[in-house]
Amino acid sequence: MTFKIKSRINDNIGMVMVEGEVDMFTSPDLRDKLLPFFKKKVKGIIVDLTGVSFMDSSGIATLVEGLQWSKKEKREFILTGLGANVLNALTLTKLNTVFSIKADTAGAYQELRGN
Amino acid sequence: MIRVENLVKRYDGITASNHLNCRFERGKVTVILGGSGSGKSTLLRQLTGLEKPDEGAVYIDGKDLTTLSRKELFEIRKKMGMLFQGSALFNYMTIFENIAFPLREHTKIADNIIKTIVTMKLEMVGLRGTEHLMPSQLSGGMMKRVGLARAVVMDPTVIFYDEPTSGLDPISTGVIGKLIQDLNKALNITSIVVSHDIDSCFKIADNIILLYYGEIIANGTVDEIRNSTDERVKQFIQGAPEGPIPFARTAKNYLDEILYD
Repeated sequence: MTFKIKSRINDNIGMVMVEGEVDMFTSPDLRDKLLPFFKKKVKGIIVDLTGVSFMDSSGIATLVEGLQWSKKEKREFILTGLGANVLNALTLTKLNTVFSIKADTAGAYQELRGN
Repeated sequence: MIRVENLVKRYDGITASNHLNCRFERGKVTVILGGSGSGKSTLLRQLTGLEKPDEGAVYIDGKDLTTLSRKELFEIRKKMGMLFQGSALFNYMTIFENIAFPLREHTKIADNIIKTIVTMKLEMVGLRGTEHLMPSQLSGGMMKRVGLARAVVMDPTVIFYDEPTSGLDPISTGVIGKLIQDLNKALNITSIVVSHDIDSCFKIADNIILLYYGEIIANGTVDEIRNSTDERVKQFIQGAPEGPIPFARTAKNYLDEILYD
């Protein structure tokens, strides 16, 4: 599956939609979308992984950077739409319990907007 | 999955791989077992595409390695991890830089992300906190574990282990064996171990391929190998000096050579 990524800001919430395989060669693209959000000090970031079929250590490490930002800036960093493959990769690196994980993007967005 | 078909490799008239047929399944640990000079390393070099065989094919996920260009081979090798016999760490680099090396060579991943990946891999081998040390400050067993962390840093789908337990004490041998099994299961990869250490092989292997003078003389599960009635297999497992496998491999008669050569 080809890798696709889109991002936008709504109501000061950063949204990233990822599709395909997040690996050593595509994860820098994910980071490129996240970095501007870190700098703009959005109130939260939602990374929608519904279309992600595979994620390797570099993908997880890129998400960890988001988590580091959220702890430092006291802002939300939410992952949505995780499939079994992504969950498995998180479990393998013992990071499945540290991320804020929500089932659907719309719900996470409404919740974050209400805060 | 890797499939070897009718593989032949000769060096100066010696057939190091003699019409080999075997497969290495995903999610399984397959051990290539054999004495010195049985063709283990030759097979390993063909499997990694370091050498082209004289005949036959090596299929990795359906692609025949022997027909690939140098560039294609390079791509496929990014998905191969290798733990070398002597760990092969760069002795002038810290543990951190050793593990980060393949990422720096092959990817455009940022330093901040590399740091997290290296931490994750060191956690896997139980050596977090050694990042700043030099290889010479570690024990042999720890160096093997660092080598293992480096072997998995690119998230390979195949890992080759060349004599992973040679020169290690019994506990370190056990630790490495368990790591090989755990990683294999967790990552669902193809694990290929080249070894002559029977005890540790029997502990970690799902399948064993036994080589003897370039031929596969046994191929099966640990129990199948253990219960083999083949005299050559029995001699190898028991480590008996006398048996069908001769001590000397030269064909020439000793006295002929001394008296008439």
